[in-house]
Amino acid sequence: MSGKHVEKNQPTSFEFNSANLEKINKILKKYPSERKKSAVMPLLDIAQRQHDNWIPYAAIKKIAEILEMPHIKVYEVATFYSMYNLAPVGKYFVQVCTTTPCMLRGSEKIVKLCKKYISEKEGQLSSDNKASWVEVECLGACVSAPMMQINDDFFEDLNEDTAIKIFEGIKSDQLPKFGSQKGRIGFEPNKRLTLVKN
Amino acid sequence: MLQDKDRIFTNLYGDFGRDIVSAKSRGDWKDTAALIAKGKDWIINEVKLSELRGRGGAGFPTGMKWSFAPKEIKTGRPHYLIINADESEPGTCKDRDIIRFEPQKLIEGCLISSYAIGANTCYIYIRGEYFNESKILQEAINEAYKEGMIGKNACGTGFDLDIHIHLGAGAYICGEETALIESIEGNKGQPRLKPPFPALVGLYGCPTIVNNVETIAVVPTILKRGGKWFASFGRAKNTGTKIFCISGNVNNPCNVEEEMGIPLKELIEKHAGGVVGGWENLQAVIPGGSSMPVLSKKICDTIKMDFDSLVEVQSGLGTAGVVVIDKSQDIVKCFARIARFYKHESCGQCTPCREGTGWMWRMLERINKGDADVQEIDMLMDVTKQIEGHTICAFGEGASWPVQGLLRHFRGEIEQRLTFKNKKIA
Ligand SMILES: Cc1cc2nc3c(=O)[nH]c(=O)nc-3n(C[C@H](O)[C@H](O)[C@H](O)COP(=O)(O)O)c2cc1C
Ligand code: SF4
Ligand code: FES
Repeated sequence: MSGKHVEKNQPTSFEFNSANLEKINKILKKYPSERKKSAVMPLLDIAQRQHDNWIPYAAIKKIAEILEMPHIKVYEVATFYSMYNLAPVGKYFVQVCTTTPCMLRGSEKIVKLCKKYISEKEGQLSSDNKASWVEVECLGACVSAPMMQINDDFFEDLNEDTAIKIFEGIKSDQLPKFGSQKGRIGFEPNKRLTLVKN
Repeated sequence: MLQDKDRIFTNLYGDFGRDIVSAKSRGDWKDTAALIAKGKDWIINEVKLSELRGRGGAGFPTGMKWSFAPKEIKTGRPHYLIINADESEPGTCKDRDIIRFEPQKLIEGCLISSYAIGANTCYIYIRGEYFNESKILQEAINEAYKEGMIGKNACGTGFDLDIHIHLGAGAYICGEETALIESIEGNKGQPRLKPPFPALVGLYGCPTIVNNVETIAVVPTILKRGGKWFASFGRAKNTGTKIFCISGNVNNPCNVEEEMGIPLKELIEKHAGGVVGGWENLQAVIPGGSSMPVLSKKICDTIKMDFDSLVEVQSGLGTAGVVVIDKSQDIVKCFARIARFYKHESCGQCTPCREGTGWMWRMLERINKGDADVQEIDMLMDVTKQIEGHTICAFGEGASWPVQGLLRHFRGEIEQRLTFKNKKIA
């Protein structure tokens, strides 16, 4: 169970844009018609993507209205799951995995670099307002540790040099290609014993 | 070593296309209709013959689980198949590769398995962080619909199947099957008391089978090559091939499909380039994801990687996420960090788990700093025993076992550290 930072300055209203309303109609078809509530997670995700990567309370009310559920139930879901942001985050939202498999391969160095290149304190916006960083639990990419997620993308097989390149890329809005930073396609070993590419 | 001809996941490393045409050229969707025509009983029986055990962590026999689904589908109580792609156990990243490189194997498995349990709807629950992977899988599902492999009259069998993706949003506990069901229903991901088991009362109160991605993705090959073929790898009740994820202090961390029962040392040395600094520099290995008790170097020297061998040394195969820890690492710190993971991920509904995970974390942090008494080691062990067996779901065990493993194998070191530090303070 994690505590959540909730924004004090809340917008008074929220409307889904028309493209997203269309998406919502499609999503509702995935679940039995009397089980609309099942769509609460995808709708929170859409709201977050539409609203600069955080969910205002007005959006929670809107979702409750669409799904015909009490808004406190939507709020409960929004606070339970760690991926929903209830306060603004940077345009580049950096999540560094520091769970043991990543720690064994130097995630602490990546955290240090976050402090240097983004902000001294976790969760704080950088001075150019572009980025923020947080420590997160295992992102399911332990074989390419250490790694971090920036918005939707995984940056893997990091070392200090490649991490610095990425942080500098944030400043100039030019991130390197995501994925393994040492050129792996997946989790293949360096030396292939088997499954040799023909 | 497993030979290429016996590999199920021939595109595990993404060498070839993931599109349906490439997948078909590798054998996916071959004879699917003919397999389905052999009927439910034949399919379930063949899976039983293969002795396939669930790849999600608990190792429950898959064929037996399927046979728990009611034979008859009552009106108003449809059956569901749920694919567990929550993959959040530290050390584990195999399902991600199946999704991004072998999606058609999973989809074909969904069709056959859904047919076997009488489900016309299948949900695939993917952890939210795998957003890019979920896009790849959705494309693959779209392709399968377009080619008539799934949807109405799937593969021309007269059977209908819809597959939907449901994205999680960052909660390890949603990998637990009943929490996952709660999550799809639009609730907080908090596990339910069992029984009733999902096979009878699951999603929307209906019969539901939950299986891991890898479990379902190997089903088509098992049926095509025969349950006996799969059972010829490994030994009785520990059969088949398995994807191992090797992370931590090895020279070449990697995923590899190997024969069940491969010696741990061979796995690490052959595939992962060996322990950093050589085998003698090995301190410990977590054999099956963070929930499985750690093994000492001595055990690692000879242990074979299968369910029952690992149970014999008071650990488990879990997800086969092998985390290698070399001698340069502070072992207490490694486990204090794992304890922090469990404290962060407890869903909070059982007091022993909610409070106990915090206790274990704080005690390990203090022990790590040397700021504890030797007597507190027993107290810590006691806390793990207060949690284990006293909670709604197996998260309680998953959180306690790593600490128990640490105390079992590294007690001497911890005692030394505390005695030494205390002396320094005095
Ligand atoms: C805390 C906890 C987390 C779990 N996480 C996962 C997971 O991420 N993926 C998974 O397949 N199974 C996970 N499981 C196991 C599932 O509850 C379930 O046993 C499994 O999905 C069944 O599939 P299988 O029989 O194919 O292994 C978890 C169990 C617990 C107690
Ligand atoms: S054991 Fe922990 S995670 Fe499982 S239900 Fe209880 S509090 Fe939640
Ligand atoms: S521990 Fe970092 S991705 Fe798993």
